[in-house]
Amino acid sequence: MKLDSKIPGGPLAEKWSKHKFNVKLVNPANKRKYDIIVVGTGLAGASAAASFGELGYNVKAFCFQDSPRRAHSIAAQGGINAAKNYQNDGDSVFRLFYDTIKGGDYRSREGNVYRLAEVSVDIIDQCVAQGVPFAREYGGLLANRSFGGAQVSRTFYAKGQTGQQLLLGAYSALSRQVSNGKVKLHAREEMIDLVMKDGKAVGIITRNLVTGKIESHSAHAVVLATGGYGNVFFLSTNAMGSNVTAAWRAHKKGALFANPCFTQIHPTCIPVSGDHQSKLTLMSESLRNDGRVWVPKSKEDAEKIRKGELKPTDLPEDKRDYYLEERYPSFGNLVPRDVASRNAKNVCDEGRGVAKTGLAVYLDFADAIKRDSRKVIESKYGNLFDMYQQITGENPYETPMMIYPAVHYTMGGLWVDYNLMTNIPGLYAIGEANFSDHGANRLGASALMQGLADGYFVIPYTIGDYLATLPYEKVSSDDEVFKQAENDIEEKIQKLLSIKGEKTVDDFHKALGHIMWEYCGMSRNEEGLKKAKQEIKKLKEEFWQNVNVIGGNDELNQSLEKANRVADFLELGELMIDDALDRSESCGGHFREESQTEEGEAKRKDDEFSYVSAWEYQGENAEEVLHKEDLVFENVKLTQRSYK
Amino acid sequence: MALTGLFLISFLVVHLIGNLQLLANDGGESFNLYAKFMTTNPVIKTTSYLLYATFIIHIVWAILLSAQNRKARTVRYAVTAGSTNSSWTSRNMGILGTIILVFLIIHLKNFWYEMHWGGIAKVVYDGVEVKDLYTVVEVAYTQWWYVAFYVAAMVGVMFHLFHGFKSAFQTLGLNHPKYNPVINTIGTLFSIIVPGAFAAIPIIMYVKSV
Amino acid sequence: MRITLKVWRQKNTQDKGNFKTYKLDNISPDMSFLEMFDVLNEQLVRQGEDPVHFDHDCREGICGMCSLYINGKPHGPKQTTTCQLHMRSFNDGDTITVEPWRATAFPVLKDLVVDRTSFDRVIQAGGYISINTGGVPDANEIPIPKKDADKAMDAAACIGCGACVAACKNASAMLFVSAKISQFSLLPQGQTERKTRAEKMIAQMDSEGFGACTNTGACSAECPKEISLTNIARMNREYFTAKVGSDNV
Repeated sequence: MKLDSKIPGGPLAEKWSKHKFNVKLVNPANKRKYDIIVVGTGLAGASAAASFGELGYNVKAFCFQDSPRRAHSIAAQGGINAAKNYQNDGDSVFRLFYDTIKGGDYRSREGNVYRLAEVSVDIIDQCVAQGVPFAREYGGLLANRSFGGAQVSRTFYAKGQTGQQLLLGAYSALSRQVSNGKVKLHAREEMIDLVMKDGKAVGIITRNLVTGKIESHSAHAVVLATGGYGNVFFLSTNAMGSNVTAAWRAHKKGALFANPCFTQIHPTCIPVSGDHQSKLTLMSESLRNDGRVWVPKSKEDAEKIRKGELKPTDLPEDKRDYYLEERYPSFGNLVPRDVASRNAKNVCDEGRGVAKTGLAVYLDFADAIKRDSRKVIESKYGNLFDMYQQITGENPYETPMMIYPAVHYTMGGLWVDYNLMTNIPGLYAIGEANFSDHGANRLGASALMQGLADGYFVIPYTIGDYLATLPYEKVSSDDEVFKQAENDIEEKIQKLLSIKGEKTVDDFHKALGHIMWEYCGMSRNEEGLKKAKQEIKKLKEEFWQNVNVIGGNDELNQSLEKANRVADFLELGELMIDDALDRSESCGGHFREESQTEEGEAKRKDDEFSYVSAWEYQGENAEEVLHKEDLVFENVKLTQRSYK
Repeated sequence: MALTGLFLISFLVVHLIGNLQLLANDGGESFNLYAKFMTTNPVIKTTSYLLYATFIIHIVWAILLSAQNRKARTVRYAVTAGSTNSSWTSRNMGILGTIILVFLIIHLKNFWYEMHWGGIAKVVYDGVEVKDLYTVVEVAYTQWWYVAFYVAAMVGVMFHLFHGFKSAFQTLGLNHPKYNPVINTIGTLFSIIVPGAFAAIPIIMYVKSV
Repeated sequence: MRITLKVWRQKNTQDKGNFKTYKLDNISPDMSFLEMFDVLNEQLVRQGEDPVHFDHDCREGICGMCSLYINGKPHGPKQTTTCQLHMRSFNDGDTITVEPWRATAFPVLKDLVVDRTSFDRVIQAGGYISINTGGVPDANEIPIPKKDADKAMDAAACIGCGACVAACKNASAMLFVSAKISQFSLLPQGQTERKTRAEKMIAQMDSEGFGACTNTGACSAECPKEISLTNIARMNREYFTAKVGSDNV
């Protein structure tokens, strides 16, 4: 299979404008003759569905939650990047492009990333016009803050709830189209299969989560905006419902899955408190601006702290190891996410971790409070400290905070070309669900930017290029292909319900998460990955023989919903392992122990691995086939990162 | 509710000014003249019709709203902890209003109806014949149970006002960080002083009579 | 900790439903309330019983999906979302009663899951600024006083969970609706449709079967995002001026 990214030729800065001129257009009067399905109503999905509706297309929007406003984009705290240069500090489209491509450790496409930086400025205008209450200065103009991986202030924010405000903006635009009759909303309805005819995507099969009804929906094009797959780890900062099912079932129908092993692990999460833990809560990275990361120097002291025999505040300075400041004198506690995460894991593996579980390090504000006063710290981080106290029951003003890394974002996703279309004609993937813009590591405040860029400003143009080639008549949902797909799904559901084994769905999900975290988490090696692959195979087999799904299909059945999702996570897990095995270099969030410098830092191998891995499904229990899309860099010089 | 409520609040003030004349030591002359003025002056008479209408609207509206609100939650909670999030009076305006309504009916029968259509004895001041409502009131207030009932009703009015006064401003959209404390203070003082003064009159007259 | 749970069970909207009692030992005070329910559900599945259904998603207090009425209060004893409530807020041996949101406009779907699409329909009635994608002015073209932007943000913080409706003795949705109307009426971008928005959203709210506001303040006292009552007063003002000033008959 030849992978054509369809990146237009010509100078970087002109590619998008040129492309916009070259794509085919659908006449305004004809747009109403085309139907588009959008799955997912997060930033990407809601903004795309609303924009399609405004253009005149007929849209069906689906979400598994009770309302589009619940999508997990809502949980993003920090902000959204845009190359506005309002601060007059030297920002530009090229600089945002450069930071993003470098931050992604040179594993993303120049053309896509440049376009992202280019349209970032329009996003802010759009959101302000929608009534998004961004933070402002006293003069009434927009405020900015700085964020990791950048030397300029280009992050726009709305308190600590930027994701929420942007999502509610997109949700309001979507609601407007619902009331105009251009978008038909299907809440509590989950996509469980992609339907194809003659090699093209022609619709989807959904399950109504309230009644259990399996339904067929046909359209001229299908857009997946279904988010990331971080929940393959069981514990992550994703919402409980976040899942890979829509994307995975499309993959099983032929869509290539790109860079599945690229996951981002965020260093500042609240540590796991016990086996009951259902999800992890992120705390803003900004805490590392003032907090000092440390663990005890000796295992013995760590042991005492874990047992509660010694208080961290009683441990004298000379017995503490401020390991980030020690190892990275120039960046100190502000090293990038992946470096901070990996170091935390290392010290815990050495037996010097704290908390009852031994899986936590301290983030200490005592010095900052001494230096700046408690009041200053409170004004900067008050809400974060309150949140920490609410969850852990400990007062971070008096005893050091405890943090541990957690899975946060997945850079991998469905392979798409410059038009955001997958290799299946008529099937698109946008937002976190695709792989396109973040390479091997995503910079802070860039997820919101990408979701909205794709939804508001990219796909509304590029989808026309495909639709214009289609007849107005669409494949009917009574067509044989839909009937067949419905039957397959019913069969699969009945199979899940009939197993009546001894383990719960969560038992399997937790076991999978454990394997993934252990062997395909912050650092990976060949031996571990191979072992993990065997374990996942076994687990998958056991799942289909021994899972217990209570209840029937014809009702609101949360066990069944979960079982459906976990079945897909089990398959995805295996592919992630394959991908991690193939990529025997370290880059961004992917750290292969075999590929490190003498000092133990990540080592990229550009001559061997400067490609996008795109995996093709081959059938149940068959090994997937790898296709490589070579990455070409004409505008940036590849350098090895160093934070010493 | 807010507009009618505020009008009724203003009526309370007018009514109280009249009632206070019961305490004038003139054998009821000023009170009786006031009563006559209130029942004969054309401006006052017109206003009184507006007042009746206000009462009726306030009551009917309350009944309609209560019905709507009951319909909005047909299945009730097994456990509620309203006391942790709102004041007792705010949650029981209907009950308080009903108590006041019962009082109002008896009160109207005893005085208002008698004054208008009952056979009240007459007194003459400066050659003018005037209905002696004062004596009717005086007699009523010699009965301890009537006084007790009156005082109890005034307590009801007080609680009704505690919430009603400030609530009326909120409904009309008058909520402002600068003026809220003023509204709340005036509301609380009004709710205590006005019903308190009303209640004090029968008590004083009862004490005088024994 | 040992906990006794009295939980509302209802198979579907038509079912009458009733309380069931469950006993849980070994509850850690560090668990969140929903994690305690996870433990209960794992136990139920192992016994072959249908787990208790409840809505939840982000579990970090922002998506607004969780919706449990705990011991007579929406989201339980603390002014947070249910997912941010932890078992340390209860005592060993407590009996906890858990009910769904109760309102005619929020019909029960199953157990503790209710249908809140009425909120979506209120937003669809006018909770937006009617602009299309593209062709908008530069973000800094219209300065907005910081104070107004902050007030709009405070109103916009609403997560649409419906605790206000659940807490209100009248099942009124005024706090939710007023938060959206306030956000837009405070911003210059919202002025164009200010009057029609108030009229349409309030008309939709009424037609959904929510109760009337009697200013008890319970909504704001229970709101996990502390949306203020001033928003309701502002909405009332908007409504009066709209009714008087707009030419919609």
